[in-house]
Amino acid sequence: MTHSSSALPPDPLLQETLAPTPAERLRRRVAGHKGLLFGGVVLGLLTIVALFAPLIAPHDPYAQNLMGRMQPPVFLDGTWEHILGTDHLGRDYLSRLIYGARISLLIGTVAALISGTIGTILGVSAGYFGGRVDAVVTFLINVRLALPVVLVALAVVALLGGSLTVVICVLGFLLWDRFAVVMRTSTLQVRNRDYVTAAQAIGGSTPRVILSEIMPNILNNLIVVITLEMAHAILLEAVLSFLGLGVQPPTPSWGLMVAEGKNMMLFEPWLVLIPGAVLFVLVLAINLLGDGLRDVTAPEGRN
Amino acid sequence: MNSPDTPILELRDVTKTYTVKQGLFGKSKPLTALNGISLQLNRSDVLGLVGESGCGKSTMAKILLGLEAPTSGQVLVDGKPIGGENRLELARRIQPIFQDPYSSLNPRKSIEDIIALPLRVHHIGDEASRLKKVRDILDVVGLPSRVLTNYPSQMSGGQRQRVAIARALVMRPEIVICDEPTSALDVSVQSQILNLLGELRREFNLTYLFISHDLAVVEHLATRVAVMYLGQVVEENSVEGMFVQTRHPYSKALLESVLTPEPGLGVPDTHLGMAYPNPIEPPSGCHFHPRCAAVSEICKQQAPRTQLTTYGRIKCHLHDETVQAKLVQA
Ligand SMILES: Nc1ncnc2c1ncn2[C@@H]1O[C@H](COP(=O)(O)OP(=O)(O)O)[C@@H](O)[C@H]1O
Ligand SMILES: [Mg+2]
Repeated sequence: MTHSSSALPPDPLLQETLAPTPAERLRRRVAGHKGLLFGGVVLGLLTIVALFAPLIAPHDPYAQNLMGRMQPPVFLDGTWEHILGTDHLGRDYLSRLIYGARISLLIGTVAALISGTIGTILGVSAGYFGGRVDAVVTFLINVRLALPVVLVALAVVALLGGSLTVVICVLGFLLWDRFAVVMRTSTLQVRNRDYVTAAQAIGGSTPRVILSEIMPNILNNLIVVITLEMAHAILLEAVLSFLGLGVQPPTPSWGLMVAEGKNMMLFEPWLVLIPGAVLFVLVLAINLLGDGLRDVTAPEGRN
Repeated sequence: MNSPDTPILELRDVTKTYTVKQGLFGKSKPLTALNGISLQLNRSDVLGLVGESGCGKSTMAKILLGLEAPTSGQVLVDGKPIGGENRLELARRIQPIFQDPYSSLNPRKSIEDIIALPLRVHHIGDEASRLKKVRDILDVVGLPSRVLTNYPSQMSGGQRQRVAIARALVMRPEIVICDEPTSALDVSVQSQILNLLGELRREFNLTYLFISHDLAVVEHLATRVAVMYLGQVVEENSVEGMFVQTRHPYSKALLESVLTPEPGLGVPDTHLGMAYPNPIEPPSGCHFHPRCAAVSEICKQQAPRTQLTTYGRIKCHLHDETVQAKLVQA
């Protein structure tokens, strides 16, 4: 059988100079994005530090030494024994910072996972099914947006008591609104594309259409929101812990370290500045990573 | 029931009404996208469906594919009404080809995954036999098998449309709904795709519903033509009858109009005087009367009946003998 009349003309695209695959193009764009690389490297380093904290930390973060309280860091004429000095109970500040990275990253990751799951399910359903489902989800989003996060978190933690689990759950169940809004809009944009209609016409089931046609095309937006909400959760944990309603002592949380140092702030400002600075760097890195991911995955959506 | 005369595809008085909201607090109003459509397609026929953008062609395609339910009326395949329960069976028999190959292929999937999707959904064969089927169909649509690992963004419009055709045909359907399959393509590629569709029809004994706003394209491929205006079929004829002896003033205007360079724009209004009407508030009487060159008083008041002609049907007072007789008397 011949198809001479419809044979392909020689097409330069299909010859030796094949256009790059989407993955290849993505790799090239990532390699050229400084903010993304900086954010990625910092976040990667902090993750390694958090994972291997017991191997890296020079001291036990809980070991008190009341004889050696508030020793200054090395750069303020301290000793190399305690590179970043000791706190008001004589605990090694560097070791507490290192273990604190675990708390921040754990809370950021788990809270973003919980809220991401809730928000994605709600948002994608609203966008895909429309109609009454959309009306219900939009109502839920509006209710959620009417709740002031910090006040609700304060109230719940005051009722149930502060603990890591409570803080993670409260943040996870409060921060899903942006996921829902973004996923709903992204799904609306994609669901009427012809490839979705084609999959439906093939007889693909609704879960299949959503998971294999819609999700891959809105995943980049999801990843961006995950990073934003991770940073959001980490900051909120610090705020709650600072207010004494988050992670409880003696757990080494950065927000708690700032709170414990604030009484001595005028005399030993480094007690507040050091945990504040690492918190700042972590959140900055996550935000740069999120911004960068948005830039490289959707270059047309940059404003 | 399945005599050779049973049409492979039949629409019986199909109506589709959407509810549209105007503005944020506007009232919901009904929009009749399809208004009492009756059509028959015999096996191996190519029914060209023409009409301006917005007349309901894609709505009809969605209903035939089982993606939307008609508000009233019936769709029959081989004499059996289609319903919710035989969704997969329907999908095996009727497949679509869409207008825009840039939107009809999932950008995150390789060409192999795109073409193999129907086989996977229908659990046809194992991985190896699927790959063989995919390679075979790629050859049939004139693409080399090395494109299997490509992504849609690496291909040209014409190549993408070939991939879309391969996906539609990989399960060997009997009926293919082509919704403006060449309108989005470069002129140089259009005829290649049209020729390919013609060859495939002969090779696989396919029945096409070929939707287009362009009569010239339809003439090339169709055996019968139906002209739609505002959700109604105003004239249906064999392709020879239509082009030799056009009757309906709207069909005539379509024929006279030059090809529009932009797809989806429809007929330039210079030929038809007025703009296409708002489908939410259709004109009284014959919906076409505000733009009709041969309009008379009765067209404004009374909707025309459907008249049978030698080869088809027409919906126009000019061709209604009782109406014409009355006019002569008066
Ligand atoms: N889902 C929908 N909701 C409301 N109105 C619709 C919907 N789909 C189509 N329509 C309307 O129905 C009419 C016919 O549309 P369509 O079938 O897409 O026309 P065509 O394909 O001939 O250009 C148009 O007026 C369009 O606005
Ligand atoms: Mg259309």
